[in-house]
Amino acid sequence: MRHLLSTAELTRDEALTILDTAEDMADVSDREVKKLPTLRGRTVVNLFFEDSTRTRISFEVAAKRLSADVINFSAKGSSVSKGESLKDTAQTLQAMGADGVVIRHGASGAPHTLAHAGWIDAGVVNAGDGTHEHPTQALLDAFTIRRRLHGAASRGRDLDGVAVTIVGDILHSRVARSNIWLLTLLGARVRLVAPATLLPVGIAGWPVETGYDLDAAVDAGPEVLMMLRVQGERMGDAFFPGEREYAREWGLHPERLARLPATTMVMHPGPMNRGLEISAAAADSPASTVLDQVANGVSVRMAVLYHLLAGDSRGSALRGEEEP
Amino acid sequence: MAPRTLLQAEDIRRALTRIAYEIVESNKDDADLVLLGIPTRGVHLARRLAANLAGIGASVEAGALDVTMYRDDLRGRPTRRPSPTEIPAGGIDGKTVVLVDDVLMSGRTIRAALDALGDLGRPRIVRLAVLVDRGHRELPIRPDFVGKNVPTATSERINVRLEEIDAFEEVTIQ
Repeated sequence: MRHLLSTAELTRDEALTILDTAEDMADVSDREVKKLPTLRGRTVVNLFFEDSTRTRISFEVAAKRLSADVINFSAKGSSVSKGESLKDTAQTLQAMGADGVVIRHGASGAPHTLAHAGWIDAGVVNAGDGTHEHPTQALLDAFTIRRRLHGAASRGRDLDGVAVTIVGDILHSRVARSNIWLLTLLGARVRLVAPATLLPVGIAGWPVETGYDLDAAVDAGPEVLMMLRVQGERMGDAFFPGEREYAREWGLHPERLARLPATTMVMHPGPMNRGLEISAAAADSPASTVLDQVANGVSVRMAVLYHLLAGDSRGSALRGEEEP
Repeated sequence: MAPRTLLQAEDIRRALTRIAYEIVESNKDDADLVLLGIPTRGVHLARRLAANLAGIGASVEAGALDVTMYRDDLRGRPTRRPSPTEIPAGGIDGKTVVLVDDVLMSGRTIRAALDALGDLGRPRIVRLAVLVDRGHRELPIRPDFVGKNVPTATSERINVRLEEIDAFEEVTIQ
């Protein structure tokens, strides 16, 4: 594997290898010396054209735990605000000898362009592009689900038959798209629940069921309920009448939380709009995996950086070409 | 060339029994022993040695030490899939750690294992047990306990088969 741009291009074997490697990386995060020498001498650039706290820090911690040198680049305060193009930025990074580039960009497809335009040799990781994909978020979500269900016996297991309901702003959500491809690849049954205005056009071809009624979805008792952030910054128009109506119809308020089975896990990719799509009671309940997701994010990103950057990127254990 | 058998099941069993006694003998002040096998087959050898040692009354725990992330040959070849590291609950600080591997050749795996150990704690003593020592060392590393010394050519290949993984037991050269 040379780049990680989309979960749609992963095979089941590749996805499971990343998740299993992340289990080993999680063990490293639990010990006193939280560091491996694996990527010593490699340079990873965090190229963030959009605001982010947890994803950027998570990638930074992951790269540092593997002993890589990390350069953080955010569009604010850089030459991008003077109008530098993605191509010129990429060629600058190439000249500085970047081995890996983690990119977040507002335009869907920017990581793909960076990976395939021939501007740089570095491995490219998509850390969220427009409304397209956010593959490491989906991987950490799958990892979190697997760990909650199987604990220490997680290695090698998929999500066969696990019922996952994704609720909210599907239209603008790259997290939802990456999760739909990855979770179904791993055998989960994915159901989308959203207001009709926040479901994308052309969804008929997706491997999911759709619904409009959160109460019915809650009463179905899914194993996983994933609440998506309402992405106000991407909404030019009115997609729903008002915040109070959204919270009432589509939010996980305490009364709905109480109706969920005790075993249902409540996920949220963060940052949360408390009181809008998720109530404080739900976010802070034992069912919530929000903080697990943050911790697991580091392990999963370590696994991704390892498989992309440690070896000869033309082949890898992800392709089943394992050394004896 | 057809593979030639070096050790049969009974030979492997006897070698592990002898190594267990040698470990006890070298452990003069009765320190706590931790046997760490290097994946994949070293882990099973460590478990068997631990069972032998427990049988002769030694205080011993067994675990696994994956060295993938510490290898010096990660570049230029496909990435390897790491295996789990399992350190016994008592840790390794102040213990006598015996590293266990199936075949010793260049010594680079053991170098990586020593680095990995350093990140996990500070053992009092580290020793090395291998089922087969085939020579061709590239680093100043030497085993303390050896099942069988086998002179080999670099072009030859040693295959260790253990019941836990391969459903039968033998060591062959080819």
